Amino acid sequence: MRTLFGIFLMMGLLFAGDAPALDPIEYRSSAEEMRFKALASELRCVMCQNQSIADSNAPIAHDLRMEVLRLMREGRSDSEIKQYLVERYSDFVLYEPPLRKGTWLLWAGPFLLLLVGAAGVFMTIKRKNREAIQPDAHPNEEW
Amino acid sequence: MNRILPLIAFIALAALLFVGVRMNSGKDTSAIPSPLIGKPAPALNLPELQTPESRMASSELKGRAFVLNVWGSWCVSCRVEHPIITDLAKSGAIVVGYNYKDTPEDASRWLAQFGNPFALILQDTDGRAALDWGIYGAPETFVIDADGIVRFKHVGPLTTEIVNEKILPLLKESP
Repeated sequence: MRTLFGIFLMMGLLFAGDAPALDPIEYRSSAEEMRFKALASELRCVMCQNQSIADSNAPIAHDLRMEVLRLMREGRSDSEIKQYLVERYSDFVLYEPPLRKGTWLLWAGPFLLLLVGAAGVFMTIKRKNREAIQPDAHPNEEW
Repeated sequence: MNRILPLIAFIALAALLFVGVRMNSGKDTSAIPSPLIGKPAPALNLPELQTPESRMASSELKGRAFVLNVWGSWCVSCRVEHPIITDLAKSGAIVVGYNYKDTPEDASRWLAQFGNPFALILQDTDGRAALDWGIYGAPETFVIDADGIVRFKHVGPLTTEIVNEKILPLLKESP
C-alpha cells in the first residue's frame, strides 16, 4: 500500500513539472502566434543564459516576451525588434552573433579547421601513393 | 616532422583554450556588458517613491554626475551592498535609487529597517522602464556623468574596491 502511494506521489511530481512555461497570451491570429514563438525562441534570456526567452520562466524573460509582442503589434519587423533589444542588452540576446571584427574567427573557424584537415588528408594520400610506387625505398638498408 | 606535427597541433589547441580561459578568469560571466556605456542615458520618467505624484524627468539631474542604484526589497544581495551604498552617499555622491519590481509599502519598510541612503528614489513597479536601461536584475549600478552620458555599469553587489577604483574616480572627473 505504501509503495503504491509512493508511486502515485512520484507520478504526481512527474506531472507537476509539466506546467506550461508560457503565460496565456491572447494572440490576434495564428500568424501572429507563429511569428511571436519563432522570434521568442531566437532571443536569449539575459538572466538564465542557456535558455531562450520563450523557454525561460524568469520574470525578465516574461517582460522581454511582452516587449517583443508589444513591438510586433507596433508593426516593427523582426530585425527591428532584434536591433531594439541589442541596443539595450547587447549582442548577448542573439544566439547568432553578427559578423564583425571581434567575431570573424567564430564564423570562419570551422571552415579554417576543415581546410587544415583537408590539407592533411591530401598530403597523407600523396605520401602513401609515393610509398606504393616505391615499395622498397631503401633496399640496401640493414636492420 | 611527422612525429612532432600532432604535438604542434596539441600545443596550438592548448594555447587557444588557455587564452579563452584567461580572457574569462576573474570576470563574472553572468554579467552582460552594457551597450549603453558612452551613450546618453535613457529617460528616467518615473514616479518618486515618497511622492508618487511628482514625476521626475532625467533633465532635472542634468549637469550633475550621479550614481543610479537598482534595488528591491526582495533582493538579498541589495542588503549586502547597502552599507557600501550608504558610505558612497555619505562621501558626497548623489545616489539615485531605482526601486525595481517592488511595492511602495515593501520598499518603505525596507528603507525604514536599513536606512535610506538615496537622494531620490524612483519607482518602477512593473519593470517596463528598466528594459530601456538594459536592467535585468538587482542590484545593478550605473554611473551617469554631468553630460548625461552613461559611463559605467556594474551587475551584482558593489564592493569597496569597485567604489574606490571605478565609481569615485568617474564622479571626481565630472563633479
